[in-house]
Amino acid sequence: MSELKAADFKKGQPRWCPGCGDHFFLASLHKAMAEIGVAPENVAVISGIGCSSRLPHYMATYGMNTIHGRAAAIATGAKVANPNLSVWQISGDGDGLAIGGNHFIHANRRNIDLNMILLNNRIYGLTKGQYSPTSPRGFVSKSSPYGTVEDPFRPAELCFGARGHFFARAVATDAPGTIEVLKAAHAHKGSSVCEILQNCVVFNDGTHESVYSAEGRKKNAIYLKHGEPMIFGENNEFGLMQDGFSIKVVKIGENGITEKDLLVHDAHCEDNTLQMKLALMEGPDFPVALGVIRDVEAPTYNDAVTDQIEQVKGMKKYHNFQELLMTNDTWEVK
Amino acid sequence: MAKVEDLDHVVVRFSGDSGDGMQLAGNIFSTISATVGNDICTFPDYPADIRAPQGSLTGVSGFQVHIGANKVFTPGDKCDVLVAMNPAALKTQYKFCKPTSCIIIDTDSFKEADLKKANFETLDAVAEMGIKNDVIAAPITSMVKDCLADSGMDPKAILKCRNMFALGLVCWLFNRDTNIAANMLKEKFAKKPGVAESNIKVIQAGYDYGHNTHSSVSHTYTVETKSTKKGIYMDINGNKATAYGLIAAAEKAGLKLYLGSYPITPATDVLHELSKHKSLGVTTVQCEDEIAGCASALGASFAGALACTSTSGPGICLKSEAMNLAVIMELPLVVLDVQRGGPATGLPTKSEQTDLLQCLFGRNGESPMPVIAATSPTDCFDAAYMACKIALEAMTPVVLMTDAYIANGSGAFKLPNLAEFPAINPPYVPESLKGTWTPYMRQENGARYWAVPGREGFTHILGGLEKDNKTGAISTDPENHDLMTRLRQEKIEKIQVPDLVVEGDEKDAELLIVGFGGTYGHLHAAMDEMRAAGKKVALAHFKYINPLPKNTASVMKKYKKVIVAEQNMGQFAGWLRMKVDGFAPYQFNEVKGQPFMVSELVEKFTEIYNK
Repeated sequence: MSELKAADFKKGQPRWCPGCGDHFFLASLHKAMAEIGVAPENVAVISGIGCSSRLPHYMATYGMNTIHGRAAAIATGAKVANPNLSVWQISGDGDGLAIGGNHFIHANRRNIDLNMILLNNRIYGLTKGQYSPTSPRGFVSKSSPYGTVEDPFRPAELCFGARGHFFARAVATDAPGTIEVLKAAHAHKGSSVCEILQNCVVFNDGTHESVYSAEGRKKNAIYLKHGEPMIFGENNEFGLMQDGFSIKVVKIGENGITEKDLLVHDAHCEDNTLQMKLALMEGPDFPVALGVIRDVEAPTYNDAVTDQIEQVKGMKKYHNFQELLMTNDTWEVK
Repeated sequence: MAKVEDLDHVVVRFSGDSGDGMQLAGNIFSTISATVGNDICTFPDYPADIRAPQGSLTGVSGFQVHIGANKVFTPGDKCDVLVAMNPAALKTQYKFCKPTSCIIIDTDSFKEADLKKANFETLDAVAEMGIKNDVIAAPITSMVKDCLADSGMDPKAILKCRNMFALGLVCWLFNRDTNIAANMLKEKFAKKPGVAESNIKVIQAGYDYGHNTHSSVSHTYTVETKSTKKGIYMDINGNKATAYGLIAAAEKAGLKLYLGSYPITPATDVLHELSKHKSLGVTTVQCEDEIAGCASALGASFAGALACTSTSGPGICLKSEAMNLAVIMELPLVVLDVQRGGPATGLPTKSEQTDLLQCLFGRNGESPMPVIAATSPTDCFDAAYMACKIALEAMTPVVLMTDAYIANGSGAFKLPNLAEFPAINPPYVPESLKGTWTPYMRQENGARYWAVPGREGFTHILGGLEKDNKTGAISTDPENHDLMTRLRQEKIEKIQVPDLVVEGDEKDAELLIVGFGGTYGHLHAAMDEMRAAGKKVALAHFKYINPLPKNTASVMKKYKKVIVAEQNMGQFAGWLRMKVDGFAPYQFNEVKGQPFMVSELVEKFTEIYNK
């Protein structure tokens, strides 16, 4: 088969607002798909409802733009029924974590091999500007004119709490960073959550301001890479160090601290304690963690289902309907 | 010596505490009777609580079986023999007795404390209730203890064998061969031969006790076999028959069977049954909720499986959104609704037909969906098979309705030969359409073509938004939406279903009885009884609810009087009125959570008949 190009996955003209983070993400997804190299007919992109859930319409793969919140459940059935498909679930923060919260946690718990993309703009865009389950406390929106009085979900925390084995984060405007986590998500067998930080230019402009530009990311983000020391800053002058049960930001060269004193990222560590600390870091005191934060191998649900069927086929003596009938107590009327 | 009376049919009701094993005793007795060629119809009547307080009135579990020399249609209104293992059972179940019924009680469990739990005021429950029937008062518990004294079993395990003693006694009463029961138990406890042996010993003890002390009853009975179609049979309940129908259809269609489900009474046994059969490639996913059960099934359908989801009424409420998605995406899906008493949690273990309008209409928008209602435990097999065939061939979700009564009740099931069943041919998109195909191109029957992921050249997107009929792109065009709405409706109307059959006095009935789904047996029995009394009566019973059979209107209008009898407030009568101009039937509606009583039906129908 000839090499796939991003254009092989492109379809139609996106209808998102100019400047919407979805445009950036879609372009990265097209490129990532080409690099991953699964033929379009073996890819299913399944979304719920919301601005970002329009995405499957712009993919030249098999796809479904379903109902609000149910994408993970629908994708689960598609993957179990046809494990050869590469299944991508596209949800926004409302679709994935509010109305679809239950399916989100259970897909993670089961560790079904879905690539679950969470496009997080911390707002309901399609219904024109209500707070979402990732909007910060006190957030003012059309449905919270005096500020919200509730705490948001932090997607990584929810994913880890549900025993998720893969969590990565990228900023929509950062194409290389996004492509890298998408490829890692595909490579990971099991549920892979990719939180994509993206802007809503109309209803929540600037929500990820500190990391939305390349310059911002240099200052305010850290790219985590498995096996590498945790270094960040405009001139790579900062690092992360363990501090009792917590972590702290240090300046390399100050107080005799060298690169050797810094934490080295271990995405494969089964214990998620440190990965959780990293995933929950936020400014201004800490950098925002980007890249693959957790990537741990574990048995997948779809493989287990298939394996069990094969195992029982070997154990049982009946393999078709007529044979099944004869496993019952029967009598003959002559 | 008690004389042996030959009967056409007889009804036995086993009752006791929900931990007393009455369902098992009843099941074994049914199978013994079926094995010797009787027709059987059973009805388990169990409480909603897992284990109500021992000996309490709410904890009584019953199992009724009707055995007949000829075909039996119902489990019977009242019983000829009642087994009451404790005072609570006697108190709550005596209402199912006739004056001639024989009652078997365990005197060891009729002590002061037991009687108190069942709110008896005296020490003689039989006298206190004014019971004049034959009563076999046997010290069952102590005899079971004696019988198993040397077995090495612990006292609790010994007490669990009381049901087998009662079974042995009933076997004696009906001159049944206990060897059949022995063989069944040997098979059931193949891995625990000791348990099988103890149970068999107790059955024999019960039988011998009856044999040795039969002076206390005036009769024992035999029910001979008169007419049954030749073939191999098994006893099957409706839920198992449904599961078998789904398996058969998947095999016939050459598709993987996928069930997405969430446990709910009384539908859970379908999940249990299908979960066992992985050797047939059946995939079952116990989902996080009802919504995911249906949604995952729809995902599986998209991916190319024969997809089903099973539930009861409250689950349909939750699934309706994904069912609707299946309507607009035009993907095959079978949604099983084992109806129970409602609304809300209602009566979880009881039976009603109150979900009909929910299944027909309980969704937003114009959302036509075929509805099939199985008419008996064994008919669940055919109904499930046909639901799959229609779903796959018309590319539509289908609701398969059963109810707690037929789901738990059982009948003698002639083993089907799959080769004789109609073929199932889903409209896979032909390779020749590559390049010109769009997702809503249709076959002659109105079904759109099915392009299963993995096929090169047919990538497409489906979804919950209205699509352009030609391009498959999202469309809000008014004309297109109107067209798509009509196309979806017409597709359902075009589905071929068999004509309605009129049974009984088809030509000259004065009264036509009309029903649907699980009440078939009772309505048929009521018709038989009225005809035996010289009345001209016919029965038209519906299995296909949407679309209705083509001859529906002509049948409904042919008879002077029509009565629609159903276990709801008139939902099916309303549906018929909507579909048949000027239709104005009499109605009989009952919502008690219990199967109809044939005697009550006969009384009501006769009233209408004589008007």
